[in-house]
Amino acid sequence: MQNEMTITFLSVSENEAFARATVGAFISQLDPTMEELNEIKTVVSEAVTNAIIHGYDNRKDGYITIHCLMYGGNKLELTIEDEGVGIGNIELATEALYTSRPELERSGMGFTIMESFTDKMIVDSVVGVGTCVKLKKQFVSVQTVCH
Amino acid sequence: MGLDAGYVVLDDVLIVRLKGEIDHHEAKKLRMDWQFVLEDSRCRNVVLNMEAVTFMDSSGIGVILGRYKEIEASGGSLVVCHLDANVGRIFEMAGLYKIIRLANSEFDACMYLGVDPSCKTK
Repeated sequence: MQNEMTITFLSVSENEAFARATVGAFISQLDPTMEELNEIKTVVSEAVTNAIIHGYDNRKDGYITIHCLMYGGNKLELTIEDEGVGIGNIELATEALYTSRPELERSGMGFTIMESFTDKMIVDSVVGVGTCVKLKKQFVSVQTVCH
Repeated sequence: MGLDAGYVVLDDVLIVRLKGEIDHHEAKKLRMDWQFVLEDSRCRNVVLNMEAVTFMDSSGIGVILGRYKEIEASGGSLVVCHLDANVGRIFEMAGLYKIIRLANSEFDACMYLGVDPSCKTK
């Protein structure tokens, strides 16, 4: 099955729940396990939260775009893009427990969770232009399910 | 779906019962409410009941760790109960299992803190 969808929404924190619920509903076509569905909802939530807090520095007038591509029967490619401030040092930003905003009670686990809940994470960012996080994941193949 | 928080006081234990989804949006409000109720109740210890939490991302870690530090700093303890597999995974990744005490039930958590819920009618 091949299928695609794109959503664009404002950088308001109410949209964190909207984004993960929408992507979760879309990927139900891949017949994910409960664990896989939770993983996808979690990584979407992390990426959108990063865009809001860091990309747009809590400004509510930025746009966040999520593109979902299903292909090969059981594969998903997710991209989450913002046009925010960008990340100066990607290596440091993706380090576990690092947060650029310690005063906000952030755990510094966002990228670590995205990385471990998917098969591949690619972070592209240009300071002053924006950030694009690409996540790839292969789902337990529907053909191999035993009853 | 959102997040609802219920607060119950048993002696010097504040029980925090969460229901729904914990993300960055909900964490901001939870932090303020929890801090306010804890201060108002003058309780030293907190039991966090996660039984009805259906989703949590790393924002939940931030808010729980933040309260843990405040409670410990004022000489109290935080005990967390009813973590499901998904929430438990986030806890484990953040290393919270190493520092925060877990209990199987709210009853066990209260007993650990020296309060017997079955003797209370409040």
